[in-house]
Amino acid sequence: MTKWARWIVLAAGLAALPWVAGEYYVNLTSQIFIAAIFAASLNLLVGYGGLPSLGHASWLGLAAYLSAWMSLKLGLGHWATAPAALLATTLVACAFGWISLRATGLGFLMITLALSQVLWGTAYRWVSVTDGDNGLRGLTRPAPFGWSLDSAASFYYFALAVTVVAIFLMAMFVASPFGAALRGTRDQPRRMSALGHDVWTIRWVTFVYSGFWGAVSGLLFVYYNKYIHPASLSITSSAEALLGVIAGGSGTLAGPIVGAAIIMLLKNYVSAYVERWNMLMGFVFVLIVIFVPEGVVPGARRLWARWRAR
Amino acid sequence: MQYWIIQTLNSLALGGLLFLLAAGFSLIFGLMRIANLTHGSLYMLGAYVGVTILKFVPNLWLAALIGGAVIAVFGGLIERFILRALAGNALGQVLVTLGISFIVADFCLIVWGGDPIPVQTPLALQQPLRIGGVAFPTYRLVVLAIAVVTAIVLYVLMERTRIGAMIRAGVDDMPMARAVGIPVSKLFTAVFCLGAGLAGAGGIIGGPIMSAYPGLDADMLPLALIVVILGGIGSLLGAFVGSFVIGAIYTFGTALLPDLAYVILFLPMIVVIAFRPRGLFGRRTV
Repeated sequence: MTKWARWIVLAAGLAALPWVAGEYYVNLTSQIFIAAIFAASLNLLVGYGGLPSLGHASWLGLAAYLSAWMSLKLGLGHWATAPAALLATTLVACAFGWISLRATGLGFLMITLALSQVLWGTAYRWVSVTDGDNGLRGLTRPAPFGWSLDSAASFYYFALAVTVVAIFLMAMFVASPFGAALRGTRDQPRRMSALGHDVWTIRWVTFVYSGFWGAVSGLLFVYYNKYIHPASLSITSSAEALLGVIAGGSGTLAGPIVGAAIIMLLKNYVSAYVERWNMLMGFVFVLIVIFVPEGVVPGARRLWARWRAR
Repeated sequence: MQYWIIQTLNSLALGGLLFLLAAGFSLIFGLMRIANLTHGSLYMLGAYVGVTILKFVPNLWLAALIGGAVIAVFGGLIERFILRALAGNALGQVLVTLGISFIVADFCLIVWGGDPIPVQTPLALQQPLRIGGVAFPTYRLVVLAIAVVTAIVLYVLMERTRIGAMIRAGVDDMPMARAVGIPVSKLFTAVFCLGAGLAGAGGIIGGPIMSAYPGLDADMLPLALIVVILGGIGSLLGAFVGSFVIGAIYTFGTALLPDLAYVILFLPMIVVIAFRPRGLFGRRTV
């Protein structure tokens, strides 16, 4: 009962937000949704697969760039660009996964970082396609079934719907037997291999699935901003997502969502007062890794359990 | 003809600078199992610190020595006080170095501003060397020579001295090295200082070629990563060969296909990872 009640309160609160909150907060929450999908997709790799990727911005940036490029330079409509961008990004994820998963652990981290830096450098340098440092501008939001997303509230509901579906499907993935096998490869790769599981394929499928949801967040990102810049492919963007996952608690469902929200709020509020977001993020990174390495959600859960047991 | 000679020398000079960066990165990774993501920032910090030192000491080589020492101390402090607190937590250590790299990048932006700062080439080396009617940019030759000398010194240090033998033992099998009484912990600090110092000095020596600008760290770090993935982790020879291969690919790629220079960079990496995941000269898979 209480569990259901909590869900109903949460759903009602999210649904009512555009009526009670101003446009600034509605937009902020939409951005949190996008960051939450992005961080949750990275969490599949980092938290459940034990594969620390520092190149996740590739998927957000690539999908956003592809969608923007196809609509600007090829003049295609959103009905064509969205599936094409998702498909192409997922195919690139297949290839990148094949390369990166030659290694695990820190080797994996370095290769994902190097690959994403290659995309970032290309976005900067290939000016004829990407407009370089200017970024691609003049984009539009789609209007699914004639429902314009131009107002803050309608985009909010669209992002909310996509987020609910995305988080649900990622939760299903984790809860499935495949998800259990994935956690097995994280904790005991050799034993899993001895039990007859194909560890490499399990990791690769997860990599591709994670890339797909990263691409979904990238589409939302470019729809929201109507603009895409190489910075979205930079190591800072990957690091923000990883920081969200780790701050919230990797390997938990709620962790990355909470973490992404914290990062987004910090970024929005603090940048209003201080210009030094990068430096602040660096400090948050260092402090969290040293003092709350488990993340906020497991930490809070532990305190809650202790309080209940009193 | 002249164009190609200049491009070749550019590529060799970039390879030399990359070696100063990648050798330390590779040794630190090999010995400590830390992918030190501050390494690009140490290079950039070195370049900026060099700019400041040059205001007081009008000699680039002296500035490179002083700046290298400053960055080595800075690296030592990071290792002693931050990385040491996270011993055994490899991912945590990498994330901390990433956090520090953001802090350093922003710090440089605050202190030295957002405009690129050019560094003057030493007067004696400004004139190109003329041999048979062809001009060779002298400074690039000197950078190449510095890299080669550094490589030889590092090689002798690693292969012919007791400390080098201890470091190699640590790279190959750390628990066993500890068990036979090698002070691995002190070596960690020493190697980290050495790597940081090389990166910092590289930043200053590279100053007349690349100048000091925000984003220098993000430009150099991926190149160093690719060099190390290509050459093999913990291998000096790998870092040396990899640096010049990547230096050449990057320079000629930028000259011939400026749009896709970064894509071309990634081809040799794919080939090596596909057929030899440990890198060309690596002893252990990553």
